[in-house]
Amino acid sequence: METKNIAGNSVSFTEDGYMSDMNEWNEDIAKELAKEENIELGDLHWKLLNFLREKHAAGVSLTIRSVGKSSIVDIKGFYGLFPGGPLKLATKIAGLPKPASCV
Amino acid sequence: MNAKTNESPLKKVCIICAKGNLEDVYASLVMANGAVMEGMEAKLFFTFFGLDAITKKGNRMNKLHTATVGNPALRLPNGWRVPTWVGSIPGMEAMTSSMMKKGMDKLDIPPVDEFLEMITAGGGEIYACKLAMDMFKLKKEDLSEHVEGVLTVGQFYELAGGENTQIIFT
Repeated sequence: METKNIAGNSVSFTEDGYMSDMNEWNEDIAKELAKEENIELGDLHWKLLNFLREKHAAGVSLTIRSVGKSSIVDIKGFYGLFPGGPLKLATKIAGLPKPASCV
Repeated sequence: MNAKTNESPLKKVCIICAKGNLEDVYASLVMANGAVMEGMEAKLFFTFFGLDAITKKGNRMNKLHTATVGNPALRLPNGWRVPTWVGSIPGMEAMTSSMMKKGMDKLDIPPVDEFLEMITAGGGEIYACKLAMDMFKLKKEDLSEHVEGVLTVGQFYELAGGENTQIIFT
């Protein structure tokens, strides 16, 4: 566990570099986390981040397939928005734990 | 660089699927999709009976079965082993395969055609083996539109170049 100061907030992270408490998350933190991954957040990014946070809060296991069915973007679009590992990057920026799913 | 082990990460996997039963095909698909999800390159090469997984002719790709005969690890949902003679009863294989597919759908594991779409959407590439195509008298038009091309073994090895590349035979 590591605590960092991000956008004026004290935020705790796990060893994997994911936030350990999704309730510490806010939009300023998300912007900073996205910057670290060289991603600039647009409308679709925000919609997806909120979608993932809602699903996770409802106890649903997050998969790329479920994002593809979200009617926000298709799977190709998801890869385009978060290049190099969409589910990993999106959950990280959304302040969620590292996804444990294999699909 | 992996912070914990100091190893440089894997960059590319080339996966060969030579069998056409449900479990071998899905092992290949899950590994290829997993690689793409991690931001790695993935090339998936189907040969011999594995070609069924990318054959749209007769919708073969969505009708894969798991063997109920000669499969010593096959169990009923209650944990009982299925002896070969029970596995050979007509309808057993279809029933078992359909139960497996339902179980996979619950885990958000898609049907084969959708899985191929997911892999290619993420930049993964699907190939068919030329020799096996000739053997089974299949044409490029018989294959799924997600198939990038038909390759000889030499061309497959050309694709498998570069550092931190692994070839996996499922």
